[in-house]
Amino acid sequence: MRNNYLAQAWLVILLGLCFGGMLAAVESTLSGRIAQNRLDETVDQIPKLVPGATREASTQDEIDGERVFRAENPAGQLGWVISGGGQGFADRIELLVGVDARVREITGVYVLEQKETPGLGNRITEEGFLSQFAGSPAEKELVVVKTGARAANEIDAITGATISSEAVCRIINQTLKRMRGDLVAALDKE
Amino acid sequence: MTEAATAAGPVDSGPTAGERFINGILPENPIYRQLLGMCPTLAVTGGMQPAMTMTGGVLFVLVCANVIVSLIRGLLKPHLRILVFTLTIATFVTIVDRFLAAYMYQMSKQLGPYVPLIIVNCLIISRCEVCASKQSVRVALADAVGQSIGFGLALASIASVREILGSGTWFGMRVLPAAWPEWVIMVLPPGAFITLGLLMGLVNWYVDRRQPSRR
Repeated sequence: MRNNYLAQAWLVILLGLCFGGMLAAVESTLSGRIAQNRLDETVDQIPKLVPGATREASTQDEIDGERVFRAENPAGQLGWVISGGGQGFADRIELLVGVDARVREITGVYVLEQKETPGLGNRITEEGFLSQFAGSPAEKELVVVKTGARAANEIDAITGATISSEAVCRIINQTLKRMRGDLVAALDKE
Repeated sequence: MTEAATAAGPVDSGPTAGERFINGILPENPIYRQLLGMCPTLAVTGGMQPAMTMTGGVLFVLVCANVIVSLIRGLLKPHLRILVFTLTIATFVTIVDRFLAAYMYQMSKQLGPYVPLIIVNCLIISRCEVCASKQSVRVALADAVGQSIGFGLALASIASVREILGSGTWFGMRVLPAAWPEWVIMVLPPGAFITLGLLMGLVNWYVDRRQPSRR
């Protein structure tokens, strides 16, 4: 009975050590690539979010503790790509918002993550909905309308997905409100 | 494998490798006949691509878990065996999860929590318990492959119905004319339950009809 527990559990302990070692090897081999995948997803969108900017010239920056991307081409900075998130209809929605350098105009929006209802809410990822944002004013709050957008800050809701549409606008409004001052200040400092 | 004879009873008293392989495909199909592994069956069959990725993941985990459990079957203590099964399964599921995140990033995002959930998939633990912990590596391997094929065929049948009716596509390729009014409900969770129920009825009717003596 002296080493009863050890005698029974030696296989579990041995397997635990072997498997732990295996997982450590897998993790250390792949973690760099996984982190790169996450970053690439954002960086790949920069040319679409801020027209004229190139993937290669753009740089990552940290402003006020948040990660932002300076959308640049060889001639200089054209705008910013910032990220924001908030509750949608089903789960959190994570967005990338492209704005011009002085944060006056939205130049593009991309949905990084969403779990909205297939066929209804998940249409927020479609070009038809997202293309409405390019050219909208960044200094005026965006509003969702159901009767056809007329003003520049009006966005047409997706039929059957008003909550998802409103969530996207709300996240953009909050993100811009939070970041605008910091971004302009960062630009002026240069 | 003489050491197994003392600990696990007579060697390979159960079905042969060939029987195990065939059983997994239809007679003991994990989804339609054993009703195991319902979580991925319902959750990732909205399209063929996620369903087949899930099948690949299950194949890898089941083969590795069955082979390892079969190799150490003579050393297993009865009250610790489930712990050993879970430890083994969790390791290989984590490898699949990291692999998908590294090489199939979009698919990994789409499958979300359902890859880690393979750990608690009863299908795999039941194969370790029923077959791998009692039979030779050869039989356990055949069993794993047969059950995975059965699992894959079941997922493919459900995913085909749901993707074609729900999105008008198959493997992302358009198969129905654009005028097809997409049955959104087929992509949503209710579509999974309806499709699974109807197909399960169909498969069981077919199997029963072929083996009338079972009734």
